[in-house]
Order: sequence, then C-alpha cells, then structure tokens
Amino acid sequence: MSGFDKVVSSYADALEGLKDDMTVIAGGFGLCGIPEGLIAEIKRMGTKGLTIVSNNCGVDGFGLGILLEDRQIKKMVSSYVGENALFEQQLLNGELEVELTPQGTLAEKMRAGGAGIPAFYTATGYGTPVGEGKEVKEFNGRPYILEPSITGEFAIVKAWKADKYGNCMYRHTAMNFNPMAATAGKVTVVEVEEIVEPGELEPSQIHTPGIYVDRIIKGSFEKRIERKVLAKEAK
Amino acid sequence: MALSRDQIAMRVAQEFSDGNYVNLGIGIPTLAANFVPEGIEVMLQSENGLLGMGPYPTEDQIDADMINAGKETVTAITGASIFNSSESFAMIRGGHVDVTVLGAFEVDVNGNIASWMIPGKLIKGMGGAMDLVAGAKNIIVTMTHADKHGNSKLLPECKLPLTGVNCITKIITDLAVLEVDNGAFHLKERAPGVDVEEIKQKTAGKLIVDGDIPEMQF
Repeated sequence: MSGFDKVVSSYADALEGLKDDMTVIAGGFGLCGIPEGLIAEIKRMGTKGLTIVSNNCGVDGFGLGILLEDRQIKKMVSSYVGENALFEQQLLNGELEVELTPQGTLAEKMRAGGAGIPAFYTATGYGTPVGEGKEVKEFNGRPYILEPSITGEFAIVKAWKADKYGNCMYRHTAMNFNPMAATAGKVTVVEVEEIVEPGELEPSQIHTPGIYVDRIIKGSFEKRIERKVLAKEAK
Repeated sequence: MALSRDQIAMRVAQEFSDGNYVNLGIGIPTLAANFVPEGIEVMLQSENGLLGMGPYPTEDQIDADMINAGKETVTAITGASIFNSSESFAMIRGGHVDVTVLGAFEVDVNGNIASWMIPGKLIKGMGGAMDLVAGAKNIIVTMTHADKHGNSKLLPECKLPLTGVNCITKIITDLAVLEVDNGAFHLKERAPGVDVEEIKQKTAGKLIVDGDIPEMQF
C-alpha cells in the first residue's frame, strides 16, 4: 500500500526536486485558496528564475508576493496583477516578465494541459492584444484564436481535505483554480487543512481524484482576507 | 439631468428578466443587484466560481473561503452552487450566462469595447472581462456618456486596446440608453430632463435618432 501513501511529513520533502528556472502552476484566486506553506517553503529554498502560472501574484508580504522579495520569479502568467507595489516596481524595472492571460483562457490552459490537449481555439481575446500573432480559424462564421495549453514541472495546490491516496475536496470558493492546477503539474503537491482516513470522503464528491496528486502535506493556514466587506457597508 | 450611479444601476436592473443568470462587473454593474425589480428573480454568477451570489456577510458570517470575483467577502444564497474556474468559464464562454453587465472606457459603433488597458499607465490585467464579452449572450455596458473633460466615450472607432470585438449590443449611460446595430448607435431612451441635442453633442460615433425618444421610466 505504501505506493499509494502520498503523505509527506516535511515541506522539504513536499517540494523536493524543485529547481531554478522551473515552471510552477499555483492554485488560488487572490489570497483565497492558496498553498501558504508551500509558497513559504519556496521562499526558504531560494529557488530562482521561476515561471509562476497563477491567476494573481498575491499581495505585498503575503501569498506569491513574498517570492518577489528575493526576486525568485522570472515570469508570471496571470490574468490580474494589480494588487502589489513590488510587482509593479519589478515589472517597470524589467526584472520581471508578465504574460497577461484572460482568466477563462488561463483556467482552460491548465485544464487542457492536464488533459493532454496541446492547444485549443477560443473566441476570447480575438481582435485584442491577446490575439496578436496567434493563429486564427473560423468556425461557423466566427473567428477563434489558437491558445497553447500549459503544464509545469510542479503544481502547488491548496485543498480542504485529502486522504493518503491523494483524493481531495475543496471548500467554497477556495476551490477556484486548484483542481485545474492539480492536473497540470508533472509533480503535484497538495497542502491540506485536514488529512482524513480513506473512505471518509464520499467517492462521488471528490473534486480531485488521487491519480493527479503526488504528494500531500498537512498545512496550517492564516487565510488572510484581501477585501473584508460587510453587509452594513453595502449600499 | 444626468443620472447618478445608483440611477444608472436602477435602469440596468430593468433589463433583467425573471430566471436570468447574470454576471455583474465591478462598480456600477454591481450596484444593479440592489435594484432587481419586484417579482423578478435573478441568479448572480461570480466568475471565481459561484452561482447564486448573496449579499455581503455580517461579521458572524465572514468566511475567508467565500469571496467574489472582486476578492470581497461574500455569501451564497440558498440554491447556490460552487465550482472550479474552468467550470465557471465554461458557463461564460459556452453562452450559458444570460446577461453580462460591465463598465468600459470606450465603445464604438461596431460594438467593440475597450475596458482594460490605457497605454502608458500600469497594466493590471483583464481578469475575466475578455471571456465575458466573448461569451455572454446579452452584454450591457454601463459608463458615463463622456469623460470628465467632456470627450465622448461612444466613438466611431475605439482608440484604446480592445477587450472584445463586435460584442456590445446595449449601452446605458448617465444620459441615455442606446443600442448598437449595423454600424451605428441607436438612441432608445434619454435620462429625465436630458434633451436629444445634448446626447447628439456627446456622441462622437454615428447616432441614429428615430422619432420621439422617450424618457427613462423609474
């Protein structure tokens, strides 16, 4: 059975093999559903030249934003990066490269990458700067652009519960990009709130089947809230 | 008089039909959720992966795992569903969302929209806007008719980098409701007290005014 026991006990084990210049696909939307401990470990390891594929790049001092502090990120592939000053500074300095990708295209690039589909046509971005230089093909009279899919040497994912087989469930909107990221890593590492006994997760309710998952680590999460808005503030 | 932000949102909400799935962008579009007409039920889609978005939470209801596409804390209504980002954009790109409302810098007579990037300023990214304008069935733009210098935002041709092409069918501004068809803006309604002359003056793209133009009703 040990072949299916994916639980590791240290962050060093969780990210063993991560090297300079690799591509890391990260789950999360803003600060919601991010693998906090794995990001902290990448900072501790000091791995450089990374290409990070993630919808956002955290904020100053938290989430993926901490990897900017020691200039570990060479390139970000994201849909929205307007949340941190250090990012802006490094972008303007030319120290950081960014490939802005529409949010749905980004999700689909990960999903397709994980599903063995090398590229797909989409209407999103046609006629805009995103479509420049990309192959255009018409289907039923409408133009579409060809978008290549994405895979990475590593994927880092945050889940709510997992068993040792790597079966995962996510909680509420902390799901976001995590299930797609999980499929698109050559090595997929999942940081979870709780490791449960096999059988505790109802098989038909599992979001990410264990086949996609290589390593599981139990984390502890701050779950910082990016924009706290309360009912009474709403107009 | 030009409409307030809330009044634009009220007029937007009149576009909703009972049973619509609706995606609202940040800003004025989000306010439209407060003015859904009596007797009409709509379900709000938030593109980070929530269908059936509810109001902002009370202090007791706050949950870091429950946010909207603007990364604000939010709640889910009874009957909501939550799913991954790929599923969320399948709904959008597959044409399953009935109405999308979003803001813009410029719209032109061919239904092109520019809403995400001003060259020379820092580029923050398009988020889900390009997917929304490429996928939704009925896309409504809300914006002021002219910028603060009085320059029209309804143009013969967008000058800023585009978010999408040939996709906008309706525009609700602080002065008017217009439809976009056949290479022109068609004036359908004017804000109470705003005359057609003012709208003509502030519309740079071809404007068709057919017959008497009624005032918006609230």
